Amino acid sequence: MKRLSRYRRHRFAGPVLLVFALFMIGTTFSVASATTQKSASTLVRSAAVDEGRQIFLKGCSSCHGLNAEGGSIAPSLIGVGAAAVDFQVGTGRMPMADMSVQAMRKQPAYTPDEVAALATYVASLSPGPAIPTQDVVNYERDGNTAQGGELFRTNCAMCHNFAGQGGALSQGKFAPSLMSSEPVQIYEAMILGPQSMPVFSDKVITPAEKLSIIKWIKASQSEPAHGGASLGRVGPVTEGLLIWTLGLGLLIGIAVWLATKAR
Amino acid sequence: MSHELEPITDPGLPDHVHRAADTDPVAEKRAERQVAILFALSAIGTILFIASYIYIPTTEFIFLPVLGSTNAHELFLGLGLGLSLLFIGLGAVHWAKTLMPDNEIIAERHVMRSEDVDRKGFVDTVKEGAAASGLGRRSLIKRSLGLSLGLSALTPLLFLRDLGPLPKKQLETTNWKTGTRLVTDPGDRAIKASDLEVGAVAQVLPQLLPGEERTLSNIGKDAVLLIRLRPEEFELSPERLSWTYEGIIAFSKICSHMGCAVALYEQQTKHLLCPCHQSTFDVPRAAKVIFGPSARPLPQLAITVDSEGYLIAQKPFSEPVGPSFWERSS
Repeated sequence: MKRLSRYRRHRFAGPVLLVFALFMIGTTFSVASATTQKSASTLVRSAAVDEGRQIFLKGCSSCHGLNAEGGSIAPSLIGVGAAAVDFQVGTGRMPMADMSVQAMRKQPAYTPDEVAALATYVASLSPGPAIPTQDVVNYERDGNTAQGGELFRTNCAMCHNFAGQGGALSQGKFAPSLMSSEPVQIYEAMILGPQSMPVFSDKVITPAEKLSIIKWIKASQSEPAHGGASLGRVGPVTEGLLIWTLGLGLLIGIAVWLATKAR
Repeated sequence: MSHELEPITDPGLPDHVHRAADTDPVAEKRAERQVAILFALSAIGTILFIASYIYIPTTEFIFLPVLGSTNAHELFLGLGLGLSLLFIGLGAVHWAKTLMPDNEIIAERHVMRSEDVDRKGFVDTVKEGAAASGLGRRSLIKRSLGLSLGLSALTPLLFLRDLGPLPKKQLETTNWKTGTRLVTDPGDRAIKASDLEVGAVAQVLPQLLPGEERTLSNIGKDAVLLIRLRPEEFELSPERLSWTYEGIIAFSKICSHMGCAVALYEQQTKHLLCPCHQSTFDVPRAAKVIFGPSARPLPQLAITVDSEGYLIAQKPFSEPVGPSFWERSS
């Protein structure tokens, strides 16, 4: 105490005391006003929101607007939720490489952490579908492959092909192949309906049924080609092409050889 | 035809050219060896077939360029059997072409008409028989025979009737009736209007009554697609608008062209595509055909909700679903 009092007339004493007083007031206020746990997570989230906003302003705002309000070439992102950001940016579809009819799947432009920050920022604008947690998307535990196959054939196969290989839509649009899709992305696509895809509501296809569909797709991804060459699993097109060119060509060759006189 | 108008004379048949194996003993030996090699390759194919059946496990996969990961068991079974049969054929053909006799045989064409004597004999026999039976005189027998033969010719028509039950009105009616609940396919759960977000679709079927079973032939005409739009997006007549419920519109999933399941719904363009012949239907305009071979819009199912809030059919389809058929009324 004595040592401290020696400095009481020091020229920095005033400012130091002021800083100390401010710090004490702030700490007391934060302890008194809210539980420390909650305020800490709020701080982290607002930091993520700020980081996400910075990424958004650099990478997205030229089309989606400075406040994600949308523009003439891009939709508003207010209310689309974190799941939409995780799907579109996490699969590399956004940012788009060019203004073609459909955003293509490609190498993501942002790291998973940056995608998460962007998602937090967009979710902070207005509530929307959240990213499903790993526990929700535990398809190994909660899915049923056979049921998933039945659901897939009724609800998905018309666009994504009976084996999930994708297929053509109108005017250059297409349903992508599902052979490299991740469970969380499939789940997000079903609840969001990205691009041309319609929404599959939780009451129409329940979360448990969604997991069954995911389990069937994962089983299809690792399904070995038991019958020899699968020819892309797109059905009669490649099979017909092969038999009409290679098969028929071989038969014509043999017919010509049969009818040639030996020398 | 005078000789002067025929600048090129008929050269006749070319001389017979002998094969190398016919004249040269060395070539003959070589041909013999070639045939033997072909048959030996066939034998190797068969041994490959047997060996791969016994020794390659069915779960063995190998990587091949172009083909990718391939089941080795199936691959070598097929390869072995293919080689085995192909080389038997190739060996036999090569044997016949190089070593078997190659005598040229000329078969002249003959007139198809029979000899006059044979023709006259046939006519005489027919006339003789007709006279002996006395059909010309006995008209009672002639007519009764005609009746019995004519009637017996009708009997196969009865078998045609046995080909299956008559279709009756099955093509014109579905199992959608006034008040039938819409249930999910698969799952058979009734759905409420609030269960569908804007942009959502649902594949639905009519709810089964207790004791009824879902048959493929019923699914084939009852399948319906529900789509929810924003109500202001519709461009419908007042009657058709009254067939929707809060932006939810229902169409038969059976294409009006060839009966494929039309369920490729593009959420952004609000077009419904048929995968078979690319008929494209514009959903906000009551599934008007905007592209493709289909001649009619998809039939719209009038829907509403019941007292518990579940979606139900207001009334049956107003027209037959699916492709055109001969007796179609509209």
